[in-house]
Amino acid sequence: MKKDAIFIGIEVDDSVAGDPAVGAKLDEVCPVNIYKGTESGVDIVEKNIDECVLCKLCYDVSPGNVTVTKLYDGGAAL
Amino acid sequence: MRFFEYEAREIVKRAGIPVTDYGFTTDAAEAKTIAERIGGPTVIKSQVLTGGRMKAGGVKFADTPDEAAQHAADILKLEINGHWPRGVLVDPKAEVKQEYYAGVVWDGSAKKPLMLFSDMGGIDIEQVAEEHPDHVGRRHFSPLEPFNDYQAKQCIADAGVTGKALQRATPVLARLARLFLENDMLLAEINPLAELHDGSFVALDAHMEMENEGMPRQKALIKALGIGDDEGTREGHEPTPFEAAVKAIDSADHRGVIQGKDTGFHGNIGLVIGAGGGSLTLTDAVRQQGGKPANYSEIGGNPSVAKACGLAKEVLQKDGVEKIAVMMSIVSNTRVDIVARGVIKACLELGKDPGETIAIFRIPGAWEEEGFKILDKYGIEYCDRSVSLWDAAGRAVAKIQGEAA
Repeated sequence: MKKDAIFIGIEVDDSVAGDPAVGAKLDEVCPVNIYKGTESGVDIVEKNIDECVLCKLCYDVSPGNVTVTKLYDGGAAL
Repeated sequence: MRFFEYEAREIVKRAGIPVTDYGFTTDAAEAKTIAERIGGPTVIKSQVLTGGRMKAGGVKFADTPDEAAQHAADILKLEINGHWPRGVLVDPKAEVKQEYYAGVVWDGSAKKPLMLFSDMGGIDIEQVAEEHPDHVGRRHFSPLEPFNDYQAKQCIADAGVTGKALQRATPVLARLARLFLENDMLLAEINPLAELHDGSFVALDAHMEMENEGMPRQKALIKALGIGDDEGTREGHEPTPFEAAVKAIDSADHRGVIQGKDTGFHGNIGLVIGAGGGSLTLTDAVRQQGGKPANYSEIGGNPSVAKACGLAKEVLQKDGVEKIAVMMSIVSNTRVDIVARGVIKACLELGKDPGETIAIFRIPGAWEEEGFKILDKYGIEYCDRSVSLWDAAGRAVAKIQGEAA
Protein backbone atom coordinates (compact mmCIF):
# COMPACT_ATOMS: atom_id res chain seq x y z
CA MET A 1 0.00 0.00 0.00
CA LYS A 2 1.53 3.31 -1.12
CA LYS A 3 0.18 6.85 -1.15
CA ASP A 4 1.91 10.09 -2.09
CA ALA A 5 0.91 13.62 -1.13
CA ILE A 6 2.77 16.78 -2.19
CA PHE A 7 5.79 16.52 0.08
CA ILE A 8 5.62 13.11 1.68
CA GLY A 9 5.00 9.56 0.47
CA ILE A 10 3.96 6.68 2.71
CA GLU A 11 4.35 3.01 1.94
CA VAL A 12 3.22 0.13 4.14
CA ASP A 13 4.42 -3.22 2.91
CA ASP A 14 1.59 -5.50 1.85
CA SER A 15 2.92 -8.18 4.20
CA VAL A 16 1.73 -6.14 7.21
CA ALA A 17 -0.87 -3.80 5.69
CA GLY A 18 -3.59 -6.35 6.37
CA ASP A 19 -2.61 -6.96 9.97
CA PRO A 20 -5.09 -5.29 12.37
CA ALA A 21 -2.53 -5.36 15.19
CA VAL A 22 -0.01 -3.43 13.12
CA GLY A 23 -2.76 -1.08 11.95
CA ALA A 24 -3.83 -0.37 15.52
CA LYS A 25 -0.27 0.29 16.62
CA LEU A 26 0.44 2.61 13.68
CA ASP A 27 -2.78 4.46 14.48
CA GLU A 28 -1.67 4.79 18.10
CA VAL A 29 1.88 6.02 17.57
CA CYS A 30 1.50 8.48 14.70
CA PRO A 31 1.24 11.98 16.22
CA VAL A 32 -0.44 13.43 13.14
CA ASN A 33 -2.93 10.63 12.40
CA ILE A 34 -1.57 9.45 9.08
CA TYR A 35 -2.59 5.86 9.83
CA LYS A 36 -6.07 4.62 10.63
CA GLY A 37 -6.30 1.16 12.14
CA THR A 38 -9.16 -0.94 10.81
CA GLU A 39 -10.49 -4.45 11.25
CA SER A 40 -8.77 -5.39 8.03
CA GLY A 41 -5.45 -3.75 8.74
CA VAL A 42 -4.49 -0.14 8.11
CA ASP A 43 -5.62 2.77 5.98
CA ILE A 44 -3.46 5.73 5.05
CA VAL A 45 -5.29 9.02 5.65
CA GLU A 46 -4.36 11.04 2.59
CA LYS A 47 -5.17 14.49 3.96
CA ASN A 48 -2.73 13.97 6.82
CA ILE A 49 0.25 12.65 4.87
CA ASP A 50 1.87 16.07 4.43
CA GLU A 51 1.58 16.67 8.17
CA CYS A 52 4.28 14.03 8.73
CA VAL A 53 6.83 15.31 11.25
CA LEU A 54 9.48 12.74 10.24
CA CYS A 55 9.53 11.24 13.72
CA LYS A 56 10.06 7.62 12.56
CA LEU A 57 7.74 6.24 15.26
CA CYS A 58 5.95 4.29 12.52
CA TYR A 59 9.27 2.70 11.59
CA ASP A 60 9.50 1.19 15.06
CA VAL A 61 6.07 -0.46 14.81
CA SER A 62 7.12 -2.86 12.10
CA PRO A 63 10.79 -2.38 11.23
CA GLY A 64 11.49 -2.59 7.52
CA ASN A 65 7.83 -2.60 6.53
CA VAL A 66 7.00 1.10 6.65
CA THR A 67 8.72 3.67 4.43
CA VAL A 68 8.38 7.42 4.52
CA THR A 69 9.76 9.21 1.49
CA LYS A 70 10.57 12.88 1.12
CA LEU A 71 9.22 13.73 -2.29
CA TYR A 72 10.90 17.14 -2.16
CA ASP A 73 14.27 15.48 -1.75
CA GLY A 74 14.32 13.23 -4.78
CA GLY A 75 12.16 10.64 -3.08
CA ALA A 76 14.77 9.95 -0.41
CA ALA A 77 13.61 7.56 2.28
CA LEU A 78 13.52 8.83 5.82
CA MET B 1 -11.83 43.47 27.10
CA ARG B 2 -13.76 46.69 26.68
CA PHE B 3 -16.64 47.90 28.82
CA PHE B 4 -19.60 50.09 28.05
CA GLU B 5 -19.74 53.32 30.00
CA TYR B 6 -22.56 52.09 32.23
CA GLU B 7 -20.46 49.06 33.15
CA ALA B 8 -17.34 51.15 33.69
CA ARG B 9 -19.33 53.42 35.97
CA GLU B 10 -20.48 50.42 37.97
CA ILE B 11 -16.87 49.29 38.34
CA VAL B 12 -15.94 52.78 39.54
CA LYS B 13 -18.86 52.77 41.95
CA ARG B 14 -17.87 49.39 43.36
CA ALA B 15 -14.40 50.78 44.02
CA GLY B 16 -15.91 53.45 46.28
CA ILE B 17 -15.57 56.37 43.90
CA PRO B 18 -18.64 58.64 43.93
CA VAL B 19 -20.75 58.53 40.77
CA THR B 20 -23.94 60.33 39.84
CA ASP B 21 -27.36 58.72 40.34
CA TYR B 22 -27.48 57.47 36.76
CA GLY B 23 -29.65 54.78 35.22
CA PHE B 24 -29.19 52.45 32.28
CA THR B 25 -32.01 51.30 30.06
CA THR B 26 -32.79 49.90 26.65
CA ASP B 27 -36.27 51.38 26.65
CA ALA B 28 -37.34 54.99 26.03
CA ALA B 29 -40.29 54.78 28.43
CA GLU B 30 -37.97 53.59 31.20
CA ALA B 31 -35.65 56.50 30.38
CA LYS B 32 -38.54 58.77 31.32
CA THR B 33 -38.98 56.94 34.62
CA ILE B 34 -35.30 57.31 35.40
CA ALA B 35 -35.40 61.01 34.52
CA GLU B 36 -38.43 61.47 36.81
CA ARG B 37 -36.53 59.78 39.62
CA ILE B 38 -33.53 62.03 39.03
CA GLY B 39 -35.82 65.05 39.05
CA GLY B 40 -34.06 67.73 37.02
CA PRO B 41 -32.15 68.22 33.79
CA THR B 42 -30.56 65.03 32.46
CA VAL B 43 -28.04 63.89 29.90
CA ILE B 44 -28.97 60.97 27.63
CA LYS B 45 -25.89 59.10 26.41
CA SER B 46 -25.68 56.34 23.82
CA GLN B 47 -23.95 53.21 25.09
CA VAL B 48 -21.63 52.20 22.29
CA LEU B 49 -18.09 50.87 22.23
CA THR B 50 -16.79 53.64 20.01
CA GLY B 51 -15.80 57.27 20.31
CA GLY B 52 -17.36 60.33 18.73
CA ARG B 53 -20.73 60.01 20.45
CA MET B 54 -21.26 63.72 20.98
CA LYS B 55 -20.41 64.59 17.39
CA ALA B 56 -22.71 61.86 16.04
CA GLY B 57 -25.67 63.01 18.13
CA GLY B 58 -25.37 60.22 20.64
CA VAL B 59 -25.33 62.56 23.64
CA LYS B 60 -28.30 64.88 24.25
CA PHE B 61 -29.48 67.09 27.08
CA ALA B 62 -33.05 67.02 28.37
CA ASP B 63 -34.86 69.45 30.65
CA THR B 64 -37.91 67.27 31.27
CA PRO B 65 -38.62 63.51 31.57
CA ASP B 66 -40.66 63.64 28.34
CA GLU B 67 -37.73 65.18 26.53
CA ALA B 68 -35.47 62.50 28.02
CA ALA B 69 -37.78 59.79 26.64
CA GLN B 70 -37.77 61.37 23.19
CA HIS B 71 -33.98 61.70 23.14
CA ALA B 72 -33.63 58.10 24.33
CA ALA B 73 -35.91 56.89 21.52
CA ASP B 74 -33.85 58.82 18.95
CA ILE B 75 -30.51 57.67 20.31
CA LEU B 76 -31.56 54.01 20.49
CA LYS B 77 -32.15 54.15 16.71
CA LEU B 78 -28.85 55.91 16.02
CA GLU B 79 -25.93 53.92 14.61
CA ILE B 80 -22.54 55.41 15.47
CA ASN B 81 -19.45 54.40 13.50
CA GLY B 82 -21.08 51.09 12.63
CA HIS B 83 -22.11 50.38 16.23
CA TRP B 84 -25.71 50.06 17.42
CA PRO B 85 -26.23 51.21 20.99
CA ARG B 86 -26.54 48.66 23.76
CA GLY B 87 -28.89 51.11 25.47
CA VAL B 88 -28.81 54.60 26.91
CA LEU B 89 -27.48 56.01 30.13
CA VAL B 90 -29.66 58.64 31.78
CA ASP B 91 -27.47 60.85 33.89
CA PRO B 92 -28.20 63.91 36.04
CA LYS B 93 -26.81 67.07 34.47
CA ALA B 94 -24.27 68.01 37.10
CA GLU B 95 -23.49 71.59 38.10
CA VAL B 96 -19.75 71.45 37.74
CA LYS B 97 -17.25 73.84 39.28
CA GLN B 98 -14.25 72.30 37.50
CA GLU B 99 -13.52 69.26 35.40
CA TYR B 100 -10.45 67.07 36.02
CA TYR B 101 -8.95 64.00 34.41
CA ALA B 102 -7.94 60.90 36.40
CA GLY B 103 -6.53 57.84 34.74
CA VAL B 104 -4.33 54.79 35.13
CA VAL B 105 -2.84 53.09 32.11
CA TRP B 106 -0.45 50.19 31.68
CA ASP B 107 2.91 51.51 30.48
CA GLY B 108 4.36 48.71 28.39
CA SER B 109 7.77 50.37 28.16
CA ALA B 110 8.18 50.80 31.89
CA LYS B 111 6.29 47.56 32.62
CA LYS B 112 4.40 49.40 35.35
CA PRO B 113 1.06 51.12 35.71
CA LEU B 114 1.14 54.88 35.14
CA MET B 115 -1.16 57.28 37.00
CA LEU B 116 -2.20 60.43 35.19
CA PHE B 117 -4.02 63.41 36.62
CA SER B 118 -4.89 66.77 35.12
CA ASP B 119 -6.86 69.81 36.15
CA MET B 120 -7.96 70.13 32.52
CA GLY B 121 -10.60 67.41 32.22
CA GLY B 122 -13.32 66.82 29.69
CA ILE B 123 -10.97 66.76 26.72
CA ASP B 124 -8.51 64.17 25.44
CA ILE B 125 -5.61 63.75 27.84
CA GLU B 126 -3.30 63.37 24.84
CA GLN B 127 -4.22 66.88 23.73
CA VAL B 128 -3.66 68.27 27.22
CA ALA B 129 -0.31 66.49 27.49
CA GLU B 130 0.81 67.99 24.20
CA GLU B 131 -0.47 71.53 24.66
CA HIS B 132 -0.26 71.93 28.44
CA PRO B 133 2.28 69.42 29.75
CA ASP B 134 2.59 71.34 33.03
CA HIS B 135 -1.06 70.51 33.73
CA VAL B 136 -0.50 66.76 33.68
CA GLY B 137 0.86 64.80 36.63
CA ARG B 138 2.40 61.41 35.93
CA ARG B 139 3.59 58.79 38.37
CA HIS B 140 4.43 55.13 37.90
CA PHE B 141 3.67 52.72 40.69
CA SER B 142 4.49 49.13 41.46
CA PRO B 143 1.97 46.45 40.53
CA LEU B 144 3.47 44.27 43.29
CA GLU B 145 3.81 46.52 46.32
CA PRO B 146 0.82 47.84 48.26
CA PHE B 147 -0.44 51.14 46.88
CA ASN B 148 -0.30 54.13 49.21
CA ASP B 149 -2.50 57.20 48.92
CA TYR B 150 0.50 59.52 49.07
CA GLN B 151 1.53 58.26 45.63
CA ALA B 152 -1.77 59.51 44.22
CA LYS B 153 -1.35 62.78 46.09
CA GLN B 154 2.07 63.34 44.57
CA CYS B 155 0.67 62.72 41.09
CA ILE B 156 -2.16 65.20 41.59
CA ALA B 157 0.21 67.78 43.07
CA ASP B 158 2.43 67.37 40.00
CA ALA B 159 -0.50 68.71 37.95
CA GLY B 160 -0.49 71.88 40.05
CA VAL B 161 -3.55 71.02 42.14
CA THR B 162 -3.42 72.25 45.74
CA GLY B 163 -5.57 72.79 48.82
CA LYS B 164 -8.95 71.15 49.32
CA ALA B 165 -9.12 69.91 45.74
CA LEU B 166 -5.85 68.03 46.28
CA GLN B 167 -7.16 66.51 49.51
CA ARG B 168 -10.49 65.46 48.02
CA ALA B 169 -9.15 64.15 44.69
CA THR B 170 -6.49 62.01 46.35
CA PRO B 171 -8.77 59.15 47.47
CA VAL B 172 -10.42 59.12 44.05
CA LEU B 173 -7.15 58.58 42.21
CA ALA B 174 -5.93 56.14 44.87
CA ARG B 175 -9.08 54.04 44.52
CA LEU B 176 -8.76 54.16 40.75
CA ALA B 177 -5.20 52.85 41.05
CA ARG B 178 -6.28 50.01 43.34
CA LEU B 179 -9.22 49.23 41.05
CA PHE B 180 -6.75 49.03 38.17
CA LEU B 181 -4.61 46.46 39.97
CA GLU B 182 -7.39 44.41 41.50
CA ASN B 183 -9.36 44.10 38.26
CA ASP B 184 -6.48 43.41 35.84
CA MET B 185 -7.14 46.58 33.88
CA LEU B 186 -5.11 47.98 31.03
CA LEU B 187 -6.90 51.30 31.24
CA ALA B 188 -9.04 52.87 33.96
CA GLU B 189 -10.06 56.40 33.19
CA ILE B 190 -12.47 58.96 34.65
CA ASN B 191 -12.95 61.89 32.32
CA PRO B 192 -14.36 64.17 33.39
CA LEU B 193 -13.92 63.84 37.10
CA ALA B 194 -16.08 66.70 38.28
CA GLU B 195 -15.59 68.95 41.26
CA LEU B 196 -19.04 70.16 42.24
CA HIS B 197 -19.80 73.51 43.84
CA ASP B 198 -19.90 71.93 47.29
CA GLY B 199 -16.30 70.77 46.77
CA SER B 200 -17.13 67.09 46.35
CA PHE B 201 -15.82 65.01 43.47
CA VAL B 202 -17.92 62.76 41.27
CA ALA B 203 -17.17 60.63 38.20
CA LEU B 204 -19.20 61.87 35.23
CA ASP B 205 -17.80 59.39 32.72
CA ALA B 206 -15.56 56.34 32.89
CA HIS B 207 -13.65 54.20 30.45
CA MET B 208 -12.28 50.77 31.36
CA GLU B 209 -10.36 48.12 29.47
CA MET B 210 -9.42 44.82 31.06
CA GLU B 211 -6.49 42.72 29.99
CA ASN B 212 -7.90 39.79 28.01
CA GLU B 213 -5.68 37.35 29.87
CA GLY B 214 -7.14 38.62 33.13
CA MET B 215 -10.69 37.70 32.20
CA PRO B 216 -10.60 34.19 33.71
CA ARG B 217 -9.54 35.72 37.05
CA GLN B 218 -12.28 38.33 36.85
CA LYS B 219 -15.21 36.03 36.18
CA ALA B 220 -17.07 37.24 39.26
CA LEU B 221 -16.92 40.87 38.19
CA ILE B 222 -17.83 40.06 34.60
CA LYS B 223 -20.79 38.02 35.77
CA ALA B 224 -21.89 40.69 38.22
CA LEU B 225 -21.95 43.20 35.37
CA GLY B 226 -24.26 40.89 33.44
CA ILE B 227 -21.81 40.26 30.62
CA GLY B 228 -22.44 36.99 28.82
CA ASP B 229 -19.77 34.47 27.90
CA ASP B 230 -20.66 34.94 24.24
CA GLU B 231 -19.53 38.57 24.25
CA GLY B 232 -15.83 37.67 24.24
CA THR B 233 -13.39 40.54 24.48
CA ARG B 234 -15.59 42.99 22.58
CA GLU B 235 -12.94 43.99 20.11
CA GLY B 236 -13.24 47.52 18.87
CA HIS B 237 -14.55 46.47 15.48
CA GLU B 238 -16.43 43.66 13.86
CA PRO B 239 -13.97 41.09 12.45
CA THR B 240 -13.43 41.41 8.71
CA PRO B 241 -14.03 38.31 6.56
CA PHE B 242 -10.25 37.77 6.54
CA GLU B 243 -10.00 38.04 10.31
CA ALA B 244 -12.97 35.77 10.86
CA ALA B 245 -11.63 33.18 8.43
CA VAL B 246 -8.20 33.10 10.07
CA LYS B 247 -9.78 32.79 13.49
CA ALA B 248 -11.91 29.87 12.29
CA ILE B 249 -8.84 28.10 10.90
CA ASP B 250 -7.01 28.63 14.18
CA SER B 251 -9.93 27.36 16.25
CA ALA B 252 -10.32 24.21 14.18
CA ASP B 253 -6.82 22.90 14.93
CA HIS B 254 -5.13 22.94 18.33
CA ARG B 255 -1.64 22.79 16.88
CA GLY B 256 0.16 26.13 16.89
CA VAL B 257 -1.37 29.56 16.75
CA ILE B 258 -2.24 31.87 13.90
CA GLN B 259 -3.79 35.31 13.95
CA GLY B 260 -4.61 37.69 11.16
CA LYS B 261 -5.66 41.31 11.05
CA ASP B 262 -6.36 43.41 8.01
CA THR B 263 -8.36 46.33 9.32
CA GLY B 264 -6.60 49.41 7.99
CA PHE B 265 -4.29 47.47 5.68
CA HIS B 266 -4.73 47.98 1.96
CA GLY B 267 -1.38 47.02 0.48
CA ASN B 268 -0.06 44.47 -1.99
CA ILE B 269 2.40 42.50 0.17
CA GLY B 270 0.78 39.67 2.07
CA LEU B 271 2.55 38.94 5.33
CA VAL B 272 2.90 35.49 6.87
CA ILE B 273 5.03 36.46 9.81
CA GLY B 274 5.67 35.82 13.49
CA ALA B 275 7.94 34.61 16.29
CA GLY B 276 8.83 36.45 19.43
CA GLY B 277 7.79 39.95 18.45
CA GLY B 278 8.77 39.32 14.85
CA SER B 279 5.36 40.29 13.51
CA LEU B 280 5.49 43.86 14.76
CA THR B 281 9.14 44.24 13.83
CA LEU B 282 8.57 42.89 10.34
CA THR B 283 5.44 44.92 9.68
CA ASP B 284 7.35 48.05 10.68
CA ALA B 285 10.33 47.01 8.57
CA VAL B 286 8.19 46.49 5.48
CA ARG B 287 6.50 49.85 5.95
CA GLN B 288 9.69 51.75 6.68
CA GLN B 289 11.21 50.42 3.48
CA GLY B 290 8.31 51.69 1.42
CA GLY B 291 6.30 48.50 1.28
CA LYS B 292 2.55 48.32 1.71
CA PRO B 293 1.42 45.37 3.83
CA ALA B 294 -1.95 43.86 2.98
CA ASN B 295 -2.35 42.44 6.46
CA TYR B 296 -0.77 41.75 9.80
CA SER B 297 -0.39 38.19 11.03
CA GLU B 298 1.15 36.07 13.71
CA ILE B 299 2.16 32.48 13.30
CA GLY B 300 3.92 30.38 15.88
CA GLY B 301 3.73 27.61 18.43
CA ASN B 302 4.54 24.98 15.81
CA PRO B 303 1.41 25.04 13.69
CA SER B 304 0.39 22.16 11.49
CA VAL B 305 0.91 22.24 7.74
CA ALA B 306 -2.83 22.71 7.36
CA LYS B 307 -2.84 25.72 9.65
CA ALA B 308 0.11 27.42 7.95
CA CYS B 309 -1.52 26.61 4.61
CA GLY B 310 -4.84 28.05 5.76
CA LEU B 311 -3.30 31.33 6.85
CA ALA B 312 -1.27 31.66 3.65
CA LYS B 313 -4.33 30.94 1.50
CA GLU B 314 -6.37 33.60 3.27
CA VAL B 315 -3.58 36.12 2.81
CA LEU B 316 -3.12 35.21 -0.85
CA GLN B 317 -6.82 35.57 -1.55
CA LYS B 318 -7.02 39.10 -0.21
CA ASP B 319 -7.76 41.75 -2.80
CA GLY B 320 -4.60 43.43 -4.09
CA VAL B 321 -2.10 40.88 -2.80
CA GLU B 322 0.60 40.26 -5.40
CA LYS B 323 3.07 38.24 -3.37
CA ILE B 324 3.55 37.03 0.16
CA ALA B 325 6.58 37.43 2.38
CA VAL B 326 7.09 34.57 4.82
CA MET B 327 9.35 35.84 7.55
CA MET B 328 9.99 35.08 11.19
CA SER B 329 12.59 35.70 13.82
CA ILE B 330 14.67 32.65 14.73
CA VAL B 331 12.32 29.83 15.64
CA SER B 332 12.94 27.04 18.12
CA ASN B 333 9.51 25.53 18.64
CA THR B 334 7.95 26.20 15.26
CA ARG B 335 9.46 24.06 12.52
CA VAL B 336 10.79 25.69 9.38
CA ASP B 337 9.98 22.71 7.15
CA ILE B 338 6.38 22.51 8.35
CA VAL B 339 5.74 26.20 7.63
CA ALA B 340 7.48 25.86 4.27
CA ARG B 341 5.18 22.98 3.36
CA GLY B 342 2.15 24.97 4.45
CA VAL B 343 2.83 28.11 2.44
CA ILE B 344 3.86 26.17 -0.66
CA LYS B 345 0.76 24.03 -0.43
CA ALA B 346 -1.34 27.20 -0.24
CA CYS B 347 0.20 28.45 -3.49
CA LEU B 348 -0.29 25.15 -5.25
CA GLU B 349 -3.91 24.77 -4.13
CA LEU B 350 -4.64 28.26 -5.47
CA GLY B 351 -2.96 27.46 -8.78
CA LYS B 352 -0.01 29.77 -8.16
CA ASP B 353 3.69 29.17 -8.71
CA PRO B 354 5.34 29.17 -5.25
CA GLY B 355 8.59 30.46 -6.71
CA GLU B 356 6.83 33.47 -8.17
CA THR B 357 4.36 34.01 -5.36
CA ILE B 358 6.60 33.85 -2.30
CA ALA B 359 8.78 36.96 -2.47
CA ILE B 360 11.05 35.84 0.34
CA PHE B 361 11.16 33.06 2.91
CA ARG B 362 13.19 33.97 5.94
CA ILE B 363 12.58 31.56 8.81
CA PRO B 364 15.78 30.33 10.42
CA GLY B 365 15.78 27.82 13.23
CA ALA B 366 14.42 24.37 13.95
CA TRP B 367 14.56 21.99 10.99
CA GLU B 368 15.83 24.68 8.64
CA GLU B 369 17.97 22.29 6.61
CA GLU B 370 14.88 20.25 5.82
CA GLY B 371 12.96 23.43 5.09
CA PHE B 372 15.62 24.69 2.71
CA LYS B 373 15.43 21.45 0.72
CA ILE B 374 11.71 22.04 0.19
CA LEU B 375 12.26 25.67 -0.78
CA ASP B 376 15.00 24.66 -3.23
CA LYS B 377 12.65 22.20 -4.90
CA TYR B 378 10.11 24.94 -5.61
CA GLY B 379 12.61 27.66 -6.55
CA ILE B 380 11.76 29.96 -3.68
CA GLU B 381 14.19 32.67 -2.59
CA TYR B 382 15.11 32.07 1.02
CA CYS B 383 17.68 33.18 3.51
CA ASP B 384 19.03 32.08 6.85
CA ARG B 385 19.82 34.00 10.03
CA SER B 386 22.78 35.77 8.42
CA VAL B 387 20.19 38.00 6.74
CA SER B 388 18.47 40.32 9.21
CA LEU B 389 14.73 40.77 9.43
CA TRP B 390 15.23 44.30 8.12
CA ASP B 391 17.14 43.11 5.06
CA ALA B 392 14.68 40.29 4.38
CA ALA B 393 11.80 42.75 4.50
CA GLY B 394 13.75 45.02 2.16
CA ARG B 395 14.23 42.21 -0.32
CA ALA B 396 10.52 41.45 -0.35
CA VAL B 397 9.63 45.11 -0.88
CA ALA B 398 12.22 45.51 -3.64
CA LYS B 399 10.93 42.44 -5.43
CA ILE B 400 7.36 43.69 -5.50
CA GLN B 401 8.29 47.25 -6.34
CA GLY B 402 10.66 46.01 -9.05
CA GLU B 403 7.86 44.15 -10.73
CA ALA B 404 5.52 47.09 -10.45
CA ALA B 405 8.07 49.46 -12.04
